[in-house]
Amino acid sequence: MTIPATQPAVRSPHPSLSDAEYGTICERLGRQPNVVELGMLAAMWSEHCGYKNSRALLKRLPTEGPRVVQGPGENAGAVDIDDGLLVVLKMESHNHPSAVEPFQGAATGVGGILRDIFTMGARPIALLDSLRFGPLDADRTRYLFGGVVAGIAHYGNCIGVPTVGGEVFFDPSYAENPLVNAMCVGLARHDELTRARASAPGDAVLVVGAATGRDGIHGATFASAELDDAREERRPAVQVGNPFLEKLLLEACLELLPTGSVRAMQDLGAAGLTSSSIEVAARGGRGMRIDVARVSRRETGMTPYDVMLSESQERMLLVLPPEAVEAVRAHFARWELHSDVVGEIADDGLIRVLDAGQEVACLPVPLLTDEVPAYVREGKATPPPAPPTLPTEPNDLGATLLRLLGSPNICSREPIFRRYDHTVQANTMIEPGFGAAVVRIRGTSKALALTTDCNPRYCAADPRRGAEIAVAEAARNLACRGAEPIAVTDCLNFGNPERPEAYWQLSESIDGLATACRALGVPIVSGNVSLYNETNGLAIAPTPIVGMVGLLEDRARVVGSGFRAESDIVLLLGRIGAELGCSEYLALSGAANLGPPPALDLDFERAVQDVCRTAACQGLLASAHDCSEGGLAVALAECCIAGGVGFEGNPEALASMRDADLTLHAPDDNVRQARPPNPPELGGVGGASPRHAAPTLGMDLARMDALLFGESQSRIVVSCRPDHLAHLEALTTEHAVTLHRLGQVGGDRFRWGDSLDLSLKEVAHAWRDGLS
Amino acid sequence: MKFAVAVFPGTNCDRETLHVLRDVFGQTADPVWHEDTDLAAYDCVVLPGGFAHGDHLRAGAIARFSPIMRAVERFARGDRLVWGICNGFQVLLEAGLLPGAMLPNAGRAFVCSWVYCRVESATTPFTARITPGQVLRLPIAHGEGRYYAPPETLRSIERRGQVALRYCLLDGRIADAANPNGALANVAGLCNEGGNVFALMPHPERASEPELASQDGRALFESLLAAAGERPLLSPPTRDAIVGAHGVRPSSQEWARRAPLQPIMRDPTA
Repeated sequence: MTIPATQPAVRSPHPSLSDAEYGTICERLGRQPNVVELGMLAAMWSEHCGYKNSRALLKRLPTEGPRVVQGPGENAGAVDIDDGLLVVLKMESHNHPSAVEPFQGAATGVGGILRDIFTMGARPIALLDSLRFGPLDADRTRYLFGGVVAGIAHYGNCIGVPTVGGEVFFDPSYAENPLVNAMCVGLARHDELTRARASAPGDAVLVVGAATGRDGIHGATFASAELDDAREERRPAVQVGNPFLEKLLLEACLELLPTGSVRAMQDLGAAGLTSSSIEVAARGGRGMRIDVARVSRRETGMTPYDVMLSESQERMLLVLPPEAVEAVRAHFARWELHSDVVGEIADDGLIRVLDAGQEVACLPVPLLTDEVPAYVREGKATPPPAPPTLPTEPNDLGATLLRLLGSPNICSREPIFRRYDHTVQANTMIEPGFGAAVVRIRGTSKALALTTDCNPRYCAADPRRGAEIAVAEAARNLACRGAEPIAVTDCLNFGNPERPEAYWQLSESIDGLATACRALGVPIVSGNVSLYNETNGLAIAPTPIVGMVGLLEDRARVVGSGFRAESDIVLLLGRIGAELGCSEYLALSGAANLGPPPALDLDFERAVQDVCRTAACQGLLASAHDCSEGGLAVALAECCIAGGVGFEGNPEALASMRDADLTLHAPDDNVRQARPPNPPELGGVGGASPRHAAPTLGMDLARMDALLFGESQSRIVVSCRPDHLAHLEALTTEHAVTLHRLGQVGGDRFRWGDSLDLSLKEVAHAWRDGLS
Repeated sequence: MKFAVAVFPGTNCDRETLHVLRDVFGQTADPVWHEDTDLAAYDCVVLPGGFAHGDHLRAGAIARFSPIMRAVERFARGDRLVWGICNGFQVLLEAGLLPGAMLPNAGRAFVCSWVYCRVESATTPFTARITPGQVLRLPIAHGEGRYYAPPETLRSIERRGQVALRYCLLDGRIADAANPNGALANVAGLCNEGGNVFALMPHPERASEPELASQDGRALFESLLAAAGERPLLSPPTRDAIVGAHGVRPSSQEWARRAPLQPIMRDPTA
């Protein structure tokens, strides 16, 4: 019988390769791949390894700047902080494994990000974790939440790297598909930064560390497909971590790298031996021969396919000249680490897999790297949200504030971070709890401020502005510490890109990140993309997590969040805002429609941050804390809790806010969008000049709840000693930034006019017990 | 003084311990690998925090068999100074150089937080120069810190004044509310009969510098050095360059105890 012409020439035998993709592969090979090759191709052509759907979009991100030493493309990015030191940073997702097995999923997520950092020759100095779960009252959330936190603690505590920050946000869209994004920051001597250097044919290829087992097979393709009710059957795709082994690997590698005997080093992560060998071969512009029979196994009966695709943890691939092999193996033996010489570098541009000399796979390296297709898809815009439906104003604002402070998205995170060792290494100057954490760099006068941010509610309503705000808020948190933002690592968590809506969200968010990073002069040096975050067709809210590192030249000037001394003056740096759109307050009030996220004027944002940073560096600030979820009232309350002292607001300050003339300083989106983007070299942009514009949509000054709980951007609550006030005012005028006097520090109550009068005890209590 | 800081596979507080001994107190301190057995050149051996041999089986259960422990034992029997911090405490208990044992925390979970500890006795040089009753604010970070000893053992160590530190409230009162892990009799620190072997669960090395959240840990180092006739480096207190843990305001005594930052130029990654 004749085959109908409509039927494709070749059918793809692999679920994660389309017929068209499979056709291309066969064409290029001139034959059909065998089963081992098919597994390798499917892994390397997966979104997780090949960035099929995101590569084209990611080109829009600003990745260059005067400090950048290593941008995207290596295991992690690196920026220069002088004193011969580099800061190395990277964030990565481990969402799907954590959805199936939260403890090991999260633990190995931490293990993987640590390896990315020390593979570069950097010593990890801090970990942060950005978590997203469904509603806290759901049983599945409790199970996932508990497992993830325990897993992170299990790995990070043992390895001795302080977990100093991160955030957690609860939203129904994550109920089945939680997010676990781990970020690691390391420190390297400039001359010791390790990159995959071109290796010579004949160089030996070593695999060091754990023996290879069947765990994690298909992890890469698993991470590049939607989850469904059969997720429990995917447990074998989840790896199992051993932090003790990783600690040995870390110390052994950091001791070995400075000797220069290693030509290239690559950790075995997603797609295990397959991706690491191919990446090393590709970077060196070479080929590689690997004999799987020489790889130590954890179990018997493993096929070449198993060995090549296993994602067993705590393994490293090294390339070194043959004469160095003996010394290097002895070095690892001293650290009680096993190593196998599994192959050698070739100059034929082929990756050839042997099994005891028998060839079982032979593929051209480019086919697995450069020739991975990059799709540009048609996005479909979702209509902008209508203005929010506002609840009737509460008559008891105090009770409302307490409810907000106790909400899972605002309340104390102590139950989480007390499980993490955040003081090990003895460098943590500001611990997790309020805004950005700060770790000092011994041997210098410097310190690093670290934060991760992203409000998925904003991103769901407006992916572009949501992403802009994520960058702005991260930088604002650093500015509160007096730190200059120097680098971003991002983790883009989205739904299935093959759906036009999800693809549009991804594209919009990337544009938002690019705009905000350019405006604030901070490059994106590394990152990770996690798509297909859908379960049974339900996608998560778009979640572009922004991890940002800031530099304090003189750490003695670091500023905390908590109010410090009685009779210090409390001020609002930035504009008066009253936008209720997308606020935690609206969400709690159960509003049907949350409306659009608050407006953002990046010029003004930058001016506010410049003032805050300058004031901090001049020693003018006693405290600084940014207004985010929960708005001005929550920010003030947090300053009180952090400082263990009360707040006495001036009633007239409230009054003056209500009749503030918005036309003087409302952000103007038209102007913002008309402005050409800054040059990619990210040269400094001067402070903003005040521009006249129409009031922002959603501003409702007549409403007390909007003034107190609205989440308008570019606002920082600062406090200063009375004798510093004049100087501070001069500084703000100079930068054309508004400064509003709110009241003063003191007493043991949180009091503001007749509308708010609470004891510090009940305020702290409401905030502390939110997660329990 | 000359300090040996023992490094087991999985030890992870060796670097900051060396840093504090060398850079804050100007002493000589060397890392010593767990397979080395010669401690003759040292006045004091420190077993620092971490997860020696992964704390597999039980915290310290495998570390006690490391070659260096034979030397530590000889060292201890020879009335030389042995100092265990956190994991080091657990190892010394497993090695039988201190009485009792460590159980998993009462909460069954790892706890990292700040605690107050009351100095109970002057039996050991590590606390000899601290006024008994003084309260120290120190960080803890452990999963197995619930001290336990059979009643008769507890009675004898109490009688001999071997309980050197107890978890307490800010005002020094001993209460369950102040006990982070369910430790018997709120024991946070312990010494042997001779007083030359001392160990505690809190991390004094993480609280010995002005720019960190507390520097109460200095008291232990200073007591030890003073007892040994050494002059530790001390800098005048000032109110500048201060940040409290979670921004919590330090008490007035703490204000007074804090000193300005003295950056020390040395290989930061070392």
